[in-house]
Amino acid sequence: MAERIPRVPVREQDPRVRATNFDEVCYGYNEEEALLEASRCLNCKNPRCVTACPVGIKIPSFIERVAAGDFAGAAAKIAEDSSLPAICGRVCPQEPQCEGSCVLGVRFEPVAIGKLERFVADWNRENGAKGALSAVPSNGHKVAVIGSGPAGLACAADLAKLGYEVTVFEALHKAGGVLQYGIPEFRLPKEKVVAAEIDAVKSLGVKFETDVVVGRTVTVDSLFDEDGFDAVFIGSGAGLPKFMGIPGENLNGVFSANEFLTRNNLMKAYREDYHTPIHTGKKVVVVGGGNVAMDAARTALRLGAETTIVYRRTEKELPARAEEVHHAHEEGVEFSMLTNPVEILGDERGWVKGIRCIRMELGEPDESGRRSPVPVPGSEFDIETDSVIMSLGTCPNPLISKTTGGLDTNRKGCIVADEAGATTREGVFAGGDAVTGAATVILAMGAGRKAAAAIDNYIKNR
Amino acid sequence: MYRILTKVFLTPNICRMEVEAPRLAKAARPGQFLIVRAEEKSERIPLTISDYDAAKGTVTIVTQMIGASSKEICAYEPGEAFADVVGPLGVPSDFIGMSPEELASQHFVFIAGGVGTAPVYPQVKWLHEHGAKTDVIIGARNRDLLIYVDEFRKVCDNLHICTDDGSEGFKGVGTAMLEKLVAEGAEFTRVVAIGPMIMMKFATLTAKKLGLPITVSLNSLMVDGTGMCGACRVTVGGKTRFVCVEGPEFDGYLVDFDEAMRRQTMYKAEEQHENEVFVVEPHVCKIGRG
Repeated sequence: MAERIPRVPVREQDPRVRATNFDEVCYGYNEEEALLEASRCLNCKNPRCVTACPVGIKIPSFIERVAAGDFAGAAAKIAEDSSLPAICGRVCPQEPQCEGSCVLGVRFEPVAIGKLERFVADWNRENGAKGALSAVPSNGHKVAVIGSGPAGLACAADLAKLGYEVTVFEALHKAGGVLQYGIPEFRLPKEKVVAAEIDAVKSLGVKFETDVVVGRTVTVDSLFDEDGFDAVFIGSGAGLPKFMGIPGENLNGVFSANEFLTRNNLMKAYREDYHTPIHTGKKVVVVGGGNVAMDAARTALRLGAETTIVYRRTEKELPARAEEVHHAHEEGVEFSMLTNPVEILGDERGWVKGIRCIRMELGEPDESGRRSPVPVPGSEFDIETDSVIMSLGTCPNPLISKTTGGLDTNRKGCIVADEAGATTREGVFAGGDAVTGAATVILAMGAGRKAAAAIDNYIKNR
Repeated sequence: MYRILTKVFLTPNICRMEVEAPRLAKAARPGQFLIVRAEEKSERIPLTISDYDAAKGTVTIVTQMIGASSKEICAYEPGEAFADVVGPLGVPSDFIGMSPEELASQHFVFIAGGVGTAPVYPQVKWLHEHGAKTDVIIGARNRDLLIYVDEFRKVCDNLHICTDDGSEGFKGVGTAMLEKLVAEGAEFTRVVAIGPMIMMKFATLTAKKLGLPITVSLNSLMVDGTGMCGACRVTVGGKTRFVCVEGPEFDGYLVDFDEAMRRQTMYKAEEQHENEVFVVEPHVCKIGRG
């Protein structure tokens, strides 16, 4: 047997250089690298990668086209199932999904499906091709989509392809939801990638109305009664930040990761020409271990602060993607594992001067199967810091559920919806973090697609 | 885009604008606020709603030039447009939910300080239209800084003007006026104070002394205004609350004003830098200054 081609490594910005700028970390494959990597795909008869993809992209088919040098064909193949390939190629957690189920991965390294998807999407954008995207004639029905994040965009794109007149309502001033305010420029370029993919959705005929806060500016009821929509999809995400409830959390210099990242990503605080203020001080402690914590820490580092991540379990349990943790390490973020804050310490002016933590050790596994951390008595110690960024997860915003009659929520405030996205109120569908609580871009997209099918079915059979 | 229809300087550094925002104008209620982003590179600035006209599709905002961002807003001219005007945000004043009988039995006294006088107007107007009795105390440093005097004369039962220097009306602060009115036999059922945080703190102390309930409207820092960032968090009754979605109005007795004031200074150092970097030419319009 011929020697197997190893997985083609992807080129990245030097960690020492990128720790001081907001340019994209990963350069992506060039044509030559993409051709070589695509040639590794075994084109399995029963592709487990497709089953593992929340939106069911026909992975072997698109990779086959890449291997043949038909990049436009590959883009068209992806476009059948995903309207945001350049985004997903960058931020999807491929490890537990498509790449995690790649047969090659059993003995060797899995095919770099994410990097190939990214290559195809970038090639397609840069070469002016639009894949299969163009507006189809209207079927006369109107659907309102609340929220322009991944769930809303996926739902809107699928409905537009079926001929629905779709209007997406966004509370912020830019479309994209978490893709705009949450994920930093160095992982997901805003103009080059996010705006371009949203433009592609617009080219399907989808209208966007920004500055509309549903529950305040309009309500779900007024969308039906006054604006004449036939159905409503709620993809409003999980926007409310959690805090720990420890003393000192309202000191000056304590921020939610949402605030810190929104200032930097949506409001572009890192750019001198924008007016947005942002505060780090010399030292920053980020509390939490998810992707958002990594994003906040790497952002603080790029703004010039010495940055430490404090997490109560060990590095093995970090919920963030391995790639993000690796990148954070490379760039010089410090990790203080088995550490849990008990109090934030302030100076006489009410500003943060430190954070008191306690050492933890792993005890018995909890209901999720993870070994739960327990404090080591008497092990408190102080970390000197100028800012604390709380990255403990988010929960759904109650603005919509509180102002919409007949829409049930569970005890966590998540909207109750069935597998297809139907809520307890007729004509109202929901998906993404608003239903599941904080999850991933691709799961939200998957939910948006399912709901689009359910909405189509609902309107046709009314 | 949100076009500016009219613009008047009420004082040399307080500017009133009527802005097109049809959806917002239709949904606005007394007590709510909005956010303006002048252009792409501007901050999102929370401002009070001073009036709204659903039929015309306009809202009125009153802005005091303090930092770079508010100066930038006030530099816009009629015919020009803001990039974004979003709202209404926050919860409407709780009296909106009162029955006509309840409203008829109320006698509100408003204490309005500085630019905080403007958002008092839609509240008093609403109460006037719904049969409640209102007294309004307007406080300013001197007579040139008084705003909304003529407007209030039309909608409140009694208007009391206070200036620090005595150049018009009562010489002294609004809280002293409140004490005087109560001493003279006024029987108020509720105080509402809107103005600088320090004024609301002292209004609360006075209300407490007089045994009157008081509502205050907090003007905290915020980014999105929808509950997402938590920059506006404030301690009310020992609990952390978000001003943007749970306020802006709270029971004054329960607000930790010292913390709220400290949190307002969060970006002071950064803003000073902004002020030095971005110099907005002050535009002084003489129209309507009389």
